[in-house]
Amino acid sequence: MAEFKEAPAGASAGVKLLTWVDNRFPASKLYKEHLSEYYAPKNFNWWYIFGSMALLVLVIQIVTGIFLVMHYKPDAALAFASVEYIMRDVPWGWLIRYMHSTGASAFFVVVYLHMFRGLIYGSYRKPRELVWIFGCGIFLCLMAEAFMGYLLPWGQMSYWGAQVIVNLFAAVPFVGPDLALLIRGDYVVSDATLNRFFSFHVIAVPLVLLGLVVAHIIALHEVGSNNPDGVEIKGPKAPKDAHGKPLDGIPFHPYYTVHDIFGVGLFLMVFTAIVFFSPELGGYFLEYNNFIPADPLKTPAHIAPVWYFTPFYSMLRATTDVMVNVLVVIMAAGVVLTWLKGNFSTKGKLIATVAVLIAAALLKIFDAKFWGVVVMGGAVVILFFLPWLDHSPVKSIRYRPDWHKYLYGVFVVVFLVLGYLGIKPPSDIGTLVSQVGTLFYFGFFLLMPWWSKLGTPKPVPERVTFHPH
Amino acid sequence: MSDQQVDQGKRTWLIATGCAGAVGGVATAVPFVSTFTPSERAKAAGAAVEVDISSLKPGEKMTVEWRGKPVWIVRRTPEQLESLKATESQLADPKSERTAYPTPDYAKNQARSIKPEVFVAVGICSHLGCSPSDKFQTGAQPSLPDDWHGGFLCPCHGSTFDMAGRVFKNKPAPDNLEVPPHMYLSDSKLLIGEDKKA
Repeated sequence: MAEFKEAPAGASAGVKLLTWVDNRFPASKLYKEHLSEYYAPKNFNWWYIFGSMALLVLVIQIVTGIFLVMHYKPDAALAFASVEYIMRDVPWGWLIRYMHSTGASAFFVVVYLHMFRGLIYGSYRKPRELVWIFGCGIFLCLMAEAFMGYLLPWGQMSYWGAQVIVNLFAAVPFVGPDLALLIRGDYVVSDATLNRFFSFHVIAVPLVLLGLVVAHIIALHEVGSNNPDGVEIKGPKAPKDAHGKPLDGIPFHPYYTVHDIFGVGLFLMVFTAIVFFSPELGGYFLEYNNFIPADPLKTPAHIAPVWYFTPFYSMLRATTDVMVNVLVVIMAAGVVLTWLKGNFSTKGKLIATVAVLIAAALLKIFDAKFWGVVVMGGAVVILFFLPWLDHSPVKSIRYRPDWHKYLYGVFVVVFLVLGYLGIKPPSDIGTLVSQVGTLFYFGFFLLMPWWSKLGTPKPVPERVTFHPH
Repeated sequence: MSDQQVDQGKRTWLIATGCAGAVGGVATAVPFVSTFTPSERAKAAGAAVEVDISSLKPGEKMTVEWRGKPVWIVRRTPEQLESLKATESQLADPKSERTAYPTPDYAKNQARSIKPEVFVAVGICSHLGCSPSDKFQTGAQPSLPDDWHGGFLCPCHGSTFDMAGRVFKNKPAPDNLEVPPHMYLSDSKLLIGEDKKA
């Protein structure tokens, strides 16, 4: 046990109380480690407000969620009416509900920007791999939250969206149909499904999510924040003052707390404008078909997921038999290239050839439907491996060769185009474009170990670039 | 590490209790996971449905609910039956030979039905479970090929089916629409969910 500290003589009651607490719980220690003496690089730009903003949206979602649960009924016969009851009869219920529904979309806006920041500044590189992996886990939890929460209003889109996603699991060979049955708890999406999704949405997933958020922040504060230059401010060579504090860092509180509060102000202006003036945002945040009660006998004419899932949904739709054939051809080309140009031993080449032959056989044996599911899942899972895919000698986009910047630009455009196509009804040209986009998306990540090493990076400065203002 | 001798006897017991605890943990998980499976009530709700089709006119479709799924009954016109010959070459599985949703033997024919004109099928796309929409109108129209002979279009992922619920080639859906077990009780009375074998 640590030694008991004594408050100095004549200290105020507040100081005495804090000393009493500190002897029993590390209150001051935690405050110092995570706020007043957590040194963050001083060259953060506006890309760095999305982390705190995501935390704000999480709080909004939890608080509004608690209040919604007080009035909502998780019962297939009552759910739709109870949401309308919240909207019409509960005093200010509409506001709470619109904050929650807008919050869901805001969460994804903020998190996508936060992830993109990590992508361009190499924030996932050593030693921040776990920060990134916990973050990807948070992203998965968010997707689960959004999907299961969307079933709760029990509208047409809720119902058929759940039907489609649960059937994704049924595409898994051999165990699929039983797995789908286990998820639904019935032969179709029904009251049983609604009840368990409610339980997952309000209890199970939020608990995991909170745990991951804590892990994300603990891991970040252990290794320290990255910055737009990708220069370590706490490394052995980094300049430090007499107390060992990094010269290129400033305490998170008060500098970045003030910075973030300013960002929060801007964010809330946009957020409240949407909540008050356009909560459905033209059908993108709340789809029109979801104002019709769920009807198990009739699928809406055009069914699309909410915007944040559409890039992945496009990839699912893009995986047709033709696409599977294209994948087989690409893998065959890869093997030929290994034999012609690869620096592998003959054994390595043989292993690669056999692996590709097996993969090609599997691709043709199982339905394109199953591979569509694999592609969609893979598009998310591949993010977890990013720290080991990037072999560039520099972290930040600032010091990468110029054509890397264009490549990232194309990646963003492809992601947005895939998202756009996912909200549109299926069409031949749309499918073709999403097939090209899907190949680009996977090519970007899977070929990263090679292309990220190409080109001459610019010289990385010893210290962060910072101009006091 | 400490320089103390490892007490092998104690270690064996620790491993044994650890294993026993793990077995107990797994055994406890079984009832929890089991609660995810369909309840007895859900299982009991799968009874067969009787339908009167005497008022169904040629070219019309009616939908009934069986096990919570939409079951379609379409009385096809002679032209629609004729179109099944034209579509044959563009289909993924024209003879319904795939086994994911086995077609009953009495429906393993070109019209996939007992009586050629009356088509009975579960209106759920074999891709991801959406209910396809009727596209009985022939000719060019959005999302459909220009030589469309009539059939069904799944709004979710664009799979198309002909008038016998057979899926076209190179579409996300791998299987033809499921034909549920069914039988005629009389000329105009259908029983869906049971057939003569049962």
